[in-house]
Amino acid sequence: MLLTITGLGLGAMYFLIASGLSLIYGLMGVLNFAHGAFLTVGAYATWWVSTHVGGGPGTQLLVGALAGIAVGAVLAALVELVLIRPLYRRPIEQVLVTVGLALVLTALVEAIWGFDARPFPVPPWLIDTTTIFGANIPNDRFLEIGVAAAVLVGLTAFLRYTRYGLIIRAGVENRAMVTALGIDVRKAFTLVFALGGMAAALAGILSGVYYGVVEPSRGTSLLIFAFIVVVIGGFGSIGGTAVAAVVVGLIQQYANYYASSGLGDLAVVLLLAIVLLLRPEGLSPKVAH
Amino acid sequence: MTSVATAPNLIEVRDLHVHLGESHVLQGVSFDVPEGGVTALLGRNGVGKTTTLRAMLGLVPRRGAVTLAGSETTRLATHEIVRRGIGYVPEDRDVFAGLTVDENLRLAERNGAGRYELVYELFPELRTRGGQRAGTLSGGQQQMVAIARALLNDNTVLLVDEPTKGLAPLLVTEVAAALERAAELATVLLVEQNLAVVERVARQVVVLDAGRVVHAGPASGLLGDRTRIQALLGVSGGGH
Repeated sequence: MLLTITGLGLGAMYFLIASGLSLIYGLMGVLNFAHGAFLTVGAYATWWVSTHVGGGPGTQLLVGALAGIAVGAVLAALVELVLIRPLYRRPIEQVLVTVGLALVLTALVEAIWGFDARPFPVPPWLIDTTTIFGANIPNDRFLEIGVAAAVLVGLTAFLRYTRYGLIIRAGVENRAMVTALGIDVRKAFTLVFALGGMAAALAGILSGVYYGVVEPSRGTSLLIFAFIVVVIGGFGSIGGTAVAAVVVGLIQQYANYYASSGLGDLAVVLLLAIVLLLRPEGLSPKVAH
Repeated sequence: MTSVATAPNLIEVRDLHVHLGESHVLQGVSFDVPEGGVTALLGRNGVGKTTTLRAMLGLVPRRGAVTLAGSETTRLATHEIVRRGIGYVPEDRDVFAGLTVDENLRLAERNGAGRYELVYELFPELRTRGGQRAGTLSGGQQQMVAIARALLNDNTVLLVDEPTKGLAPLLVTEVAAALERAAELATVLLVEQNLAVVERVARQVVVLDAGRVVHAGPASGLLGDRTRIQALLGVSGGGH
């Protein structure tokens, strides 16, 4: 039970990073290697704000999280407006810019706050455990799963019931035709980047709660698994991303426990290879829903 | 430049060039489209008809000038050109397969309102299939969605690319009737291979060959001359 819930918690974080990554690639064709840096910056902003506000640990985390999410959204929107927008139709340059940006942002965090991990403000009730079927499950796992489920429901509702959601779903299928209907799809690009930045920051915050610390390399290490999740789930598919995130999180946990510690990563790469061989387009085709 | 009519021109295309990869697809295309009715853009396969429409909308990089109602549009982004009152029906329909029929139509709405009564009058089937995913429709039904999207707004120009391609004869008649109705509401520039449809709806014709305009004039003048049709289009005229 503990293993399953922990795997789901890990999958929840992967989903939060991968959902933005998937929508950004699905709609805009941009492979955003800076997405992990959004996570790191969001986590550090949360940590910094929470250590500078008063109140109990819960309030500190809540205020810090709101600030971290806002920073993630603004940073991502600025990156889209300033760096990505001038480079549409130039995919190689886009990749180079996002790789460079990831390095710069990580180095900036290291320069300001150092290389060492910083303790994250986690309220005691999140560290406590709840016993389910005899297994003592840390409460933060429920938070991670709950937040990811809420984001999944919220994103799905946004995509299904709003005009911008309609534009994004159509744009994932055929961006040129959306513009040929008189729609300025660039606004949707900025919005998708901002949403992706918010979700990545949220993943950064939850990873801080999960590991108990923030560190500059967190975004980069989680981004690798998020890319695997996106490839398995299918670019542009939120539902596919959610399923793939859960599968990757669970396989990683089970393999680490039942086989050998460290084999979890290998098992995930094997899964990726199998999916690429059998279903190269991923579990779900390129349709945002 | 070739002028095809004495009526005031709504669209003027001048020296339009398009390069796609190594290929110089449009090599200085110039023609006028008079206001009202249907002007057919004809030519053999691969002469640049679809590219001409796409270039007019800015969907492919191009050089030259396209003037719509006196305003130059080539410096504008595609969505800005379309918002000046252009509806586009692409060659392969390009309906959004994962969206329902209703969502396809709602997406096409500009200014928060659409001419749904007109659309449902022309294609009643779309009303009953509103909740169906467009990707599951037949080719003919998808064409109805594509034309409906263009008719939904109060456009001054409709660019329609091979709307009868691959359709059963009964549906060709239905689409031709919709084009006639559309021509009462807007100026239509129609790319069409089916000369029977052209004969039925077009007032003017512009013929392309190898990326250049080789003929422009009244439709009746060309369509009544089988020898000329054979020479320009490589087909015998009428009844396709």
